[in-house]
Parts: sequence; C-alpha cells; structure tokens
Amino acid sequence: MSLSQKDAPLLEALLEYRENRIVSFDVPGHKQGKGNSELVDFLGRQCMSVDVNSMKPLDNLCHPVSVIKEAQELAAEAFGAAHAFFMVNGTSSAVQAMVMSVCKRGDKIIMPRNVHRSSINALIICGAVPVYVDPGLNARLGIPLGMAVEDVQRAIDENPDAKAVIVNNPTYYGVCSNLREIVKLAHNAGMKVLVDEAHGTHFYFGDYMPLAAMRVGADMSAISMHKTGGSLTQSSILLISESMNPDHVRQIINLTQTTSGSYLLMSSLDISRRNLALNGKRIFENVTILANYGRSEINKLGGYYAFSRELIDGNAVFDFDPTKLSIHTRDIGLAGIEVYELLRDKYEIQIEFGDIGNILAIISVGDRILEVERLVAALSEIKRLYSKPSTGLLDHEYIKPVVVCSPQDAFYGEKVQLPIRETVGKVCAEFVMCYPPGIPILAPGELVTRDALNYILYAKEKGATLLGAEDIETERLNILTN
Amino acid sequence: MELWYTEEQTKDVRFSIRCDKQIYSAESNYQRIEIFSTPEFGKILVLDDRIMLTEKDEFIYHEMIVHVPFAVNPDIKKVLVIGAGDGGVTAELTRYDTIEHIDLVEIDRMVVDACLEYLPDVSCKLNDKKVTIHIDDGLRFVRGCEREYDLIIVDSTDPVGPGEGLFTQEFYGNCHKALNESGILVNQHESPYYAPYARAMRLAHKKISDFFPIVRVYQAHIPTYPSGHWLFGFASKKFDPINGLDAEAWNRLGLKTRYYNTELHKGSFALPNYVLEQLN
Repeated sequence: MSLSQKDAPLLEALLEYRENRIVSFDVPGHKQGKGNSELVDFLGRQCMSVDVNSMKPLDNLCHPVSVIKEAQELAAEAFGAAHAFFMVNGTSSAVQAMVMSVCKRGDKIIMPRNVHRSSINALIICGAVPVYVDPGLNARLGIPLGMAVEDVQRAIDENPDAKAVIVNNPTYYGVCSNLREIVKLAHNAGMKVLVDEAHGTHFYFGDYMPLAAMRVGADMSAISMHKTGGSLTQSSILLISESMNPDHVRQIINLTQTTSGSYLLMSSLDISRRNLALNGKRIFENVTILANYGRSEINKLGGYYAFSRELIDGNAVFDFDPTKLSIHTRDIGLAGIEVYELLRDKYEIQIEFGDIGNILAIISVGDRILEVERLVAALSEIKRLYSKPSTGLLDHEYIKPVVVCSPQDAFYGEKVQLPIRETVGKVCAEFVMCYPPGIPILAPGELVTRDALNYILYAKEKGATLLGAEDIETERLNILTN
Repeated sequence: MELWYTEEQTKDVRFSIRCDKQIYSAESNYQRIEIFSTPEFGKILVLDDRIMLTEKDEFIYHEMIVHVPFAVNPDIKKVLVIGAGDGGVTAELTRYDTIEHIDLVEIDRMVVDACLEYLPDVSCKLNDKKVTIHIDDGLRFVRGCEREYDLIIVDSTDPVGPGEGLFTQEFYGNCHKALNESGILVNQHESPYYAPYARAMRLAHKKISDFFPIVRVYQAHIPTYPSGHWLFGFASKKFDPINGLDAEAWNRLGLKTRYYNTELHKGSFALPNYVLEQLN
C-alpha cells in the first residue's frame, strides 16, 4: 500500500492501539492513566491513553521499521528531503546531531556568532572548534544579521580544513543569508552545510517565503516543527539530503536521544506534517497577512519600528521572513525587555522575547486577527503611558568574540569562580546568554571583554533573564586558571 | 418531540428553556449564532451557547446600561457603543433627542443581519439616521479615537471568544483616551455569583480602576443570565453616579421605562457585602 500526504500512519496506529484495549504489563507505569488519576484530570484520558512505550505495532524510534518509518518518509517527502528523523529531545538535539554527524574532536566548523547555544553545546560534547563569522550588525536596530557571502568565503579560504558551515535560516529576528550561494561555496571546498531552521518550518510550505535548506542543496537541516508548525513543544525533525548516510546519522542521534521516545510528541509531528502538507500554503498565507497587518498598524502608531523586507540588502540580509513580527522599541525610550515585561505583567500578552532594542512576536498557525489587535492596542497604550526620551539606552548589541580555546577544552579545563566584575581579560569557561533568544554573549573558551561585561551588566539592570553560568544569579563567572 | 435550549452556565449548573423551534442558525467567522422562539421568553438570541438576550427580559439589561449614565449627565451628545449588534442599546439611546451621534461598533456583521431580520422589535433602531454602524473590532476602533465621546457603552459578550479583547487593560486604557473630560464608560460587568464570572468581574473592575478616578458598580436582576444577578460598571473622569444623579432633569424627560427609575438608580449602586468584598 502506498501512502500519501493525506495519511498519518503513526496517528492511525495509535488510534488502532487505543481501540484494541491492550493489557499492558510494560512501561509507562501509569497504565493509560489508571495509576495517576490526578494527571488524567489535568491532561485528559485521551492524552494519557496514548502515552505508551515502543512496541511492535507502534514501531521504535531508535530503530524504525514500520509506522514511524512510514511517518518519517512522509515527512521527508513533505519537506523535499532524502530522509527525515523525528526528534523528541527538541531542535537542540537535532542541531547537536548535525554537528556530531560531520565533526569529531579537533575538527573546525564555520558558524555565525549568533548561533543558538545548542550549536556550541554540540562543540563541547564532540570537541570541534568553532570558526566564527561576524554576522554584521544593523546599527540602528542593534540586531545581528546573516552572514555575508564574502565573509563565508574568507572563512573557508582561511580554514580550508574546516568540515562544515552552519547557517541560521532565518535568525531569531527573521534574517536570512544567501543560502544557495553559501551551499555552493562550501560544497566547492568539500564542506557540508548544516542549517539551523528552528525558525524556518514554514519556509517549506508557504508561498513567497525565503528559500528553504533542502531546496538549495544543503546537507542537513534542523526543523522546529513545534515553533511555527503546530506540533507539541520539544518535537522536531532532522532533515538530510542524499549526500548524507542516513544510517550513520541515525547512530549519531541514538548516542544521546532517549530510548523512550514519546508517542505524544511523535504523533504530534505526524499530525502536524499532514496539516502543513495539505493546508500549509493557505495557513502561512494567512500568517503572513496577519504579520503584515500587525506591522503596518504598529508602524502607524509612531515610535515603534516593525521591520521587514525593506532591510533586504542582497547580502547580510539576503532575505527576510515576513511572518516574524520584530519590533524596534528604543525610539519610545524603552528597552525591548521593558516592553516585553509590560506586555506580560500589565497586558497579559506573552511575546517570544525582548532584547535590548527589540521585541519579537511570533505569528503562527494558531493565531487570529483578534490577538494581533490586542498586541497593537497594547503597544499603543505602552507608548502613550510609558514612553520616555530615548537617550541613555545602550545602542549596541553585537559583541565580537575573542576565541582563546575550544569550547570543550574550556568547559572541562581547570577553573575558578570569580566575581563577574573582576573577569575582564580572562578566559570564560561557561556560557552567558539572555534567554530567549539564547544566543551566547560569552561562550566557553572566549575572552571576557569590557564590551561583553558591560552588555551583561546592562541586560541584568534592564531585567533580562541571564543564564548559562553555574552561578544562577550570574554574579560570578567560571574562569580558566591556566 | 420536546425541544429545549440548555445552557451550561458553569460546568456544574445548567439552565433550560423550552423552545418552539429554531429560527436561525449560522456559524460566522467569530461565533455560532442561533435564534430560537420560546413560549416563556419569546425569541432568544444565543451566541456560542450563551444567551445574549430574550425578547421578554432584554428591557432590563438595555434600560440599565443606557439610562443610568443619562440620569447623571443629561448633556451626553456623542456616544460610542461597542458590541450591541442586536440593536437593543440603540433602541434605548435613540429615545434621547439630545443625542447627536451614535457610533456602533460590532465585530460580527452576521449578528447585525440576523437581528435585523429575525428580531425586528429589538433591532428596529439600528437604521436610525443618528446611528453609524461600523463592522470592526471594538479594540481596533477605539484605538483610533481621542477625546471624542461623552459616553462609551460596552455591551460585550463574556470574556471568551470575540469579546475577550473588550475585557483587557489595553481596551480600558484606549476607552479612557477616547472619552472627553466629562466622559463616562458603562460596561457589561459580568456576575458576582459563579466563580468564572466573578473572576472576570474582579479583573475588569481592577483594570478599569487603573484609569478612572471614579469607578462604581451597579446591579440588576436579569432572569436569563447566569445566577440572574448581573452587574454593570460605571467609570467616569468627572461624574459620581450617586451624588451626581440629576433625578429631576431625567424625570422631566418623561421617558417611560419598565425597569429603570431614579429611585432604583440610587439603590442599584447598593451592593451586597459579598460583592463589595470581591471588588475591594
């Protein structure tokens, strides 16, 4: 029997399993919820009845041969990839699997500095060494951009032994690099291209979207289905092209992925893939209309700048994701983080993040015009009631990293904890980042510069959540002793 | 066959009305709209499984939401009505000759059309020449107004579904901005009795209090609304609704009402202790 995008083999197998009323003497111990009535009341019987373990009719995520295999094949087809892997440890694990599939200890890997922490985490685990490309900065907005093609070319020329290039497609703010050209350069130099498409699921389904990794010949891509595609939090998909050996990639995934893959997460991937394959075009057309409407109304309020495709410059901003509602707030005298907190505390509106100069609202498959109206009205009120002169706000965001040693050597090296103000000129052994967006200000193995310290202190003062350091208050930092 | 409309007022309480027949049923972009004819209450309008009005008791709600502000400020000339696509508020408002203009903002055109066709006794004044109907999100409309209105009436559904935006901080703030110096905001303020409604009541009161110096709550008895005990909010930049009552002026108008009178006006602001405790 041949399957089409109208099928959802994993969903169908779970429905069948539920009908069959199997007596379970396996894990999980709650036995379809019978052993935890409080959880059943909270999550619902429907949900608990399919929170089950791998078994013959339901396949096994570590070694898929039947319904999971079929569901993954349909996902691969929907995304135009050679193979797809369902990931239940988040897109972070997909990013790690990409890096670990192509790098081993001591290998170089080229990446923009504004990668998500998961990429650098992968380097701590596998011992590869980052070669950072300065993503450039939009001075007015204070946001890091994409990688310029000539900067990637230079990094490749200077590091011909590098194994791969990582590209964000798009960045958290919606900025895309010239992926097609970067793939060409990297492949000419014998390097793989790994694409972090955590925020790019919709590129594969909507019209008038930036180019998706699998369409331009990239080798691997990590897709956060849960971010804009509608699946459950923590469920993701790793895509690979014909250039990769799927069996090797599966082995790499199985090094760190759970052997008890959640069927709730996996079925949500199967169901969401079907929805996007069948309705994605219409869904993301609507999402784009909502985001464009929000942008134009917010720009009419004055003071805010909801930016979009006008930033495109053919290079560091090769393209822009129109579904991202990124808003520059500094001209009303408020840091993005302050607007973020006002929205949540005063207006009961939770947005994705606020940084020093901007906020980001994610518009996705679940949004309606009513909520966009609330956001616009709340921003209008925040401007009316809270705006201040915009002087005195820090106007810089990109901090050039000075890499002294590999993240792995730094992380596992001899270290001492020092008060953060006494760390300038020393080598940091851990991460410091605002979360979200989770892009490191400092990564293990980097010099603590005056700029980095100032930025950390300023972000703390503005109320940003800083994390990554062993000291959860980020009052002290781990510093290498030798 | 017996046909009953049953409303789940809370997950543990149901309220039923025997129906003769279903007159209208449609799904709009925002909600499910139904009209039934019933022996006890006449025709009833139901949105998303909630009774919005019945022909028999709508006068209570509409008289109380309109006449209270007019008895405090007889000079109201420009009015913004949000929600109220059924026309009940407009029917009361247009009885005041002194009104110059009414903007009515209803998000759902299908509600207006259904009421014009099937509830003509309630909706009859929607086509009055003083009334301009805007099919728009109330939150969006009010955002664009500044110091324009003497009175804003918020005739919303409950704060779930399309009415949600009308119970928010950003909405009340924008209403404050849209009212002039003597402006009054009157809103449907939910019920103090069952927990989910009482929660909405408390939150609305707290949010309105952030913007207006004078904030009061008054009550009416509406048989078909959950618990029958319903509240309205009165917020103003200038007028106290009790001390500021101009009973003489209002009575001189000679408007015939079935529920409202100026003695009841005063009494409606006297709230039970359990309600006061929740509001303070």
